Amino acid sequence: MILSFETWQITIFSLSVGLASTLLILPFGIATAWLFARKEWPLKSVLETIVLLPLVMPPVSTGLILLKIFGRRNPVGQWLYERGVEIVFNWKGVLIAMAVMSFPLLVRSVRTSFSEVNPRFEQIAATLGASSLRIFFVITIPLAYKGIIAGALLAFSRALGEFGATILLAGNIPGKTQTLSLAIYSFVQLGKDSDAYSLLGITVALAFLFVWCSEWLLRSAKKA
Amino acid sequence: MKRKFIATILALMFLTGFVEVARTDEILVAAAGSLTDVLKELSAAYQSKSKNTVNFNFGPSSTLARQIEEGAPADMFFSADLAQMDDLDKNGRLEPGTRKNLLSNQLVIVVPSDSKLAIASPKDLLKSEVKKIALAGPPVPVGVYSSKYLEAEGLWDQIKPKVVPVQDVRATLASVESGNVEAGFVYKTDAAVSKKVKIVYEVPINKGPKIVYPVAIVKESKRKDPSRDFLNYVQIPASKELFKKYSFVVLD
Repeated sequence: MILSFETWQITIFSLSVGLASTLLILPFGIATAWLFARKEWPLKSVLETIVLLPLVMPPVSTGLILLKIFGRRNPVGQWLYERGVEIVFNWKGVLIAMAVMSFPLLVRSVRTSFSEVNPRFEQIAATLGASSLRIFFVITIPLAYKGIIAGALLAFSRALGEFGATILLAGNIPGKTQTLSLAIYSFVQLGKDSDAYSLLGITVALAFLFVWCSEWLLRSAKKA
Repeated sequence: MKRKFIATILALMFLTGFVEVARTDEILVAAAGSLTDVLKELSAAYQSKSKNTVNFNFGPSSTLARQIEEGAPADMFFSADLAQMDDLDKNGRLEPGTRKNLLSNQLVIVVPSDSKLAIASPKDLLKSEVKKIALAGPPVPVGVYSSKYLEAEGLWDQIKPKVVPVQDVRATLASVESGNVEAGFVYKTDAAVSKKVKIVYEVPINKGPKIVYPVAIVKESKRKDPSRDFLNYVQIPASKELFKKYSFVVLD
């Protein structure tokens, strides 16, 4: 199958923004997951639920909320606009939509892998005088790294599949904000099924690869 | 660390060629999805003559209107429906004097291309062998127009129980193509997209509802001059011919 220039461009664009989005949410995701796994505070379950919401809410409604926040007519969007930053209708919008939609998946997977780290190791390190930051980087992270990578892969695949929030926040602008999912939608709308199928093939192959790697990592983490 | 991270992201964006180049002559047109093919051809012709670049954001008219309402940086709006344009107009989002009713479309009845049912007019849809009729559900303009038309013909009450409301025009075509419904209502321009359906009836323009595709420049546009230039271009005779080639009706 020979891929057209347009197809390549869409694929590379989706992959790079998806990667940027995953890298962007990774530190926050790990921090949030760690707090959820190790700390207790009042109304924690409320915050946990809020973080998970984008996972189950209709993506279009998440997109509408994002459009409301970042639109020029609203305080946050206005503030950014005055500083020359526009989110709506450009790649930054794609980045934010992907980041918000994939964050819960990352937190969920990483949290599970933190929970599976035996807290005794951390307690022992603490009795030996290690600071909590040191414990986190020397004990917790190395023991949970497979789960973290698996979570990141899962978040990356989710980012690639993002549609509803992206089309509202970033639009469907060929060559500018059109991702694999948006391009497939457009081709289907126009009845160009053969073009849609070639993109569909790429999407399935990528999704299969990432989800398979993610599952493999989780399995090998369990065995260890 | 943070610096390196940002640099990496920027490098990625740069490599893929998506760093935004600040160009004053680059306009963004929000356009109804049904206009995708014709506008791409039209803008290619325009760009070969002009130094301006035209980008499009294609989507359902209702979504596009919503985005413009929230201050999304679109310069021009091509709607497939008057209602969306009217709302923006009422809220003062359009540049005065730039609004124009540019195109129209024709409602048609389509059936699977291998259909053996004798459907030659809307009345034939009442026959008992026609069990299901696909229609895009509101607020999709073609669905609204179709039900209005059937109401005016005095057929809506009898046809309504047979109607399967689907998501959009594409879904209407797909359900007709697959033979899961006996007939469907779409625009003439949409019917041309599918080889697996055939048009059995064209609603005469004077009998059908007034279908209008309006266009206007957005008031908050920072690039009004190039936008006006493109707006003029879509109305020159060559552009009108192109719209006709894609089965649109050009309004004067």
